[in-house]
Amino acid sequence: MNFVAPDFMPVLPELFVLTMTCLVLVIDVFLDQRQRHITYGLTQLTLLGAALLTLFTYAQAPVVTMFGHYVKDAMGDLLKLFVYLAAAAVFLYSRDYLRQRDLFKGEYFVLGLFGVLGMMIMVSAHSLLTVYLGLELLSLSLYALVATDRDSPVASEAAMKYFVLGSLASGMLLYGISMIYGATGSVDLQVIAAAVARQGADNLVLVFGLVFLVVGLSFKLGAVPFHMWLPDVYQGAPTSVTLYIGSAPKLAAFALVMRILVDGLGTLQGDWQQMLIILAASSMALGNLVAIVQTNIKRMLAYSTISHVGFLLLGILAGTPEGYAAAMFYTIVYVLMAVGAFGVIIMLSRTGFEAENIDDFKGLNDRSPWLAFLMMMIMMSMAGVPFLVGFYAKWVVLQAIVNIGLVWLAILGVVFSVIGAFYYLRVVKCMYFDKPEQSEPIQLSLDTEIAISANGLLLVVLGLYPTALMGWCAAALSLKALA
Amino acid sequence: MLSELPPLLSLVIWFPILGGVAVLFVGDDNPGRAKALSLTLAILTFLISIPLFALFDTSTAAMQFQELVPWIPALNVNYHLGVDGFSMPLILLTAFMTVLVVIAGWEVVQYRVAQYMAAFLIMEGLMIGVFAALDAILFYVLFEAMLIPMFLIIGIWGGPRRVYATLKFFLYTFLGSVFMLIALIYMYSQANSFEILDFHKLPLTLCEQVWIFFAFLLGFSVKVPMWPVHTWLPDAHVEAPTGGSVILAAITLKIGGYGFLRFALPITPDASATLDWLIITLSLVAVVYIGLVALIQQDMKKLIAYSSIAHMGFVTLGFFIAFSIYRHTGSLNGAAMGIEGGMVQMVSHGFISGALFLCVGVLYDRVHSRQIKDYGGVANTMPVFAAFMVLFAMANAGLPGTSGFVGEFLVILSSFKASFWIAFLASFTLILGAAYTLWLVKRVIFGEIGNRHVAELKDVGSREIIMLSLLAAAVLLLGLWPDPLTATMHATVNNLLQHMTVPKL
Repeated sequence: MNFVAPDFMPVLPELFVLTMTCLVLVIDVFLDQRQRHITYGLTQLTLLGAALLTLFTYAQAPVVTMFGHYVKDAMGDLLKLFVYLAAAAVFLYSRDYLRQRDLFKGEYFVLGLFGVLGMMIMVSAHSLLTVYLGLELLSLSLYALVATDRDSPVASEAAMKYFVLGSLASGMLLYGISMIYGATGSVDLQVIAAAVARQGADNLVLVFGLVFLVVGLSFKLGAVPFHMWLPDVYQGAPTSVTLYIGSAPKLAAFALVMRILVDGLGTLQGDWQQMLIILAASSMALGNLVAIVQTNIKRMLAYSTISHVGFLLLGILAGTPEGYAAAMFYTIVYVLMAVGAFGVIIMLSRTGFEAENIDDFKGLNDRSPWLAFLMMMIMMSMAGVPFLVGFYAKWVVLQAIVNIGLVWLAILGVVFSVIGAFYYLRVVKCMYFDKPEQSEPIQLSLDTEIAISANGLLLVVLGLYPTALMGWCAAALSLKALA
Repeated sequence: MLSELPPLLSLVIWFPILGGVAVLFVGDDNPGRAKALSLTLAILTFLISIPLFALFDTSTAAMQFQELVPWIPALNVNYHLGVDGFSMPLILLTAFMTVLVVIAGWEVVQYRVAQYMAAFLIMEGLMIGVFAALDAILFYVLFEAMLIPMFLIIGIWGGPRRVYATLKFFLYTFLGSVFMLIALIYMYSQANSFEILDFHKLPLTLCEQVWIFFAFLLGFSVKVPMWPVHTWLPDAHVEAPTGGSVILAAITLKIGGYGFLRFALPITPDASATLDWLIITLSLVAVVYIGLVALIQQDMKKLIAYSSIAHMGFVTLGFFIAFSIYRHTGSLNGAAMGIEGGMVQMVSHGFISGALFLCVGVLYDRVHSRQIKDYGGVANTMPVFAAFMVLFAMANAGLPGTSGFVGEFLVILSSFKASFWIAFLASFTLILGAAYTLWLVKRVIFGEIGNRHVAELKDVGSREIIMLSLLAAAVLLLGLWPDPLTATMHATVNNLLQHMTVPKL
């Protein structure tokens, strides 16, 4: 039997990131603490290089390689670009924070890059095996990242909880994968899709496997009732890591759902739509209601994440190309907002002071009007108030489900967004209407300030002109290999 | 010829918004420059809006000064602007009131002046945009975006309970309008267009219409506000700074009324006709019950706030009485009178309530109390001010010769054609309105000098005289010569009646 070398060209960005990560790992060993910024610079260069590679090889038609385990398509490439962008912002925002806390070590960046690699693999997975590999690479990096501050008991507890529950979820996912394999005889998503289409939706083993897959995916997404880990991890992890967990992995999770449920098990849409309706409705309800009573802003944003996950599931469960594009748009917009929100939190922290309560935002307008303005834009965008891009994200999702006749679900969605608006407004209230409790000036390095300004203003600019991003999402999905 | 005009509507929308941003950058460190720049911008915006009136063609109901640029082509959303006889007067009103608000805040606002002025300028642009939008999503975006500056205005520069008031204001309005969004999306799925004018032509079954009508009702009745969803208004008015109260009363309430004219009546005519009794009842409750509530208020701003609700009840009454008149008499003229009355009432109430809030602001700046009992005999120390206040109070009570009379008279006259009892109840407003406003004037302006503070009062300065006399001129002009306003909207009202009286079923 001859060995045929697969086409490595489509995997170029992954290979590049892998090589560079190993390089960073090795170089970092030879650096002393004063030269650590080299590690940081190399990390950003890696992301830049990967972005350029992806951009120049941006897929027109889907290419499947690695014996059917890997696909390069427009959806994957677009998501990857945003993964790099989010990761770069995360590294930039957390740099000063890590320095002040003695956490500015090579591990953060190496693990971060491995996480990026994991996400890239998930995004481009074309078989259940690659899906799982990517997911585990990401998850293991995240478990370790949460525990980087090893002297903090809260962080260790969070890491432990994350690890145990995450492993449980992976187990569920694997069990589901094994059943799907049993029913269809393959892990290749295209083969699975063909087999499912042939057998129809009556196969009990298939549906059983689907249930486990959905459970596993919900864990990773943080949809109610599989959300328990999320608030604790968000709150317990160092803010720099929360920033990481809260942003780019959502893009990968979206891709995960798209690959498995839509590409692989699209024929079973009738089955998973019902499950997703329950997950989405309960996520929106619980996330928004519980967020109201939080005093810790990281925890509040964790619950807000849960509610946003509910909303993005609405787009997916619509089961139409329009709905998928809406969900993708929603995910990208959400990531931009989450990076900004946690970014502002991280910027309020300084040596010896950890900003994590909503009260820490009091009087921000007096201390730093610009930062307060940016945070207000982010909060209003999360609440879905128009001319900020968050509104368009909600609108396209609502449109997708109204078009399939689920008007009641749309009404439920908007009612809970109004309830959700309350806690976002409370942050604005603290910043603008209350007097400051602290008087220390907020010092930001120039590049951080430029980045956070760009981040906040992007929400406004996209709000005034959302066409481009919407168009990219729609185009990416129309080019995608719909098996 | 028209195509050679500059894009006037875009100018009046974006000029103040971008100007507001510029004011922000001038910064809090130089309040004087921020104020001067804001006043210049506000006046220039008003000047730019004048050609809209001067070049307006009153003979047609078609949209004028249209601008159409694709905005989100994938979803058929356009940046489509245009005005007709309903929106053009309201745009002028907005531009006019903003100038006054900037003047009113001149010396009074000390904290973060640039942000204050910028918020009002941005607000102005957004409100004008709401009136000019011909695309439903553009309308909705601007309609909601308006909440942000107003939220900040009440919350930052408001009174002691400002946080409660502003959150209530925001959430009430937000909740009301999200249902409208669903209705708009639903209609898009039927019409495949977000053009409001396409919605007007969209055939809908009665069941669909009823649902959509209720979605609009939720959205706009909160804004108007109609009883029983009015409770945010007294809170918001009382806590807002003077400028905020003026804009709320003079413009944002009108957006609710305008919404009925632009959306509910033409898009869901059959549901509106079927459910007109509901709106008429709610309007009458507002007129009578809220009028009684206003009577017992101890707080001047609260009293004017309740009076606003009662007067806005007249507006909705005028709009929805049209169906009943048409059913009874088959005459479109009578129906047109009700709608025109409602529109005149909207514009006139914009001037009068704005003026009254400015008057209260003048007193509050000096004594720092809004309680009626802290005043008395103000006429002795502030004769010029007293003259203005009495004029505006008379206008609020609907004295003939002032603008307040025209709208109320038209609406009552037309409701006689529908039903004697509706007219009877509506006429209560003349008695109640006179009672609460004149009693307010009696207790605040006339009588013996109430206390030491009143004795020390200084009369209005030239800045305040300019602001009040502009409004006095507007109130009298509209009262004595309402013809330019009614002529402007005549064609538009008839066109609306075509939509309302021809069933879509």
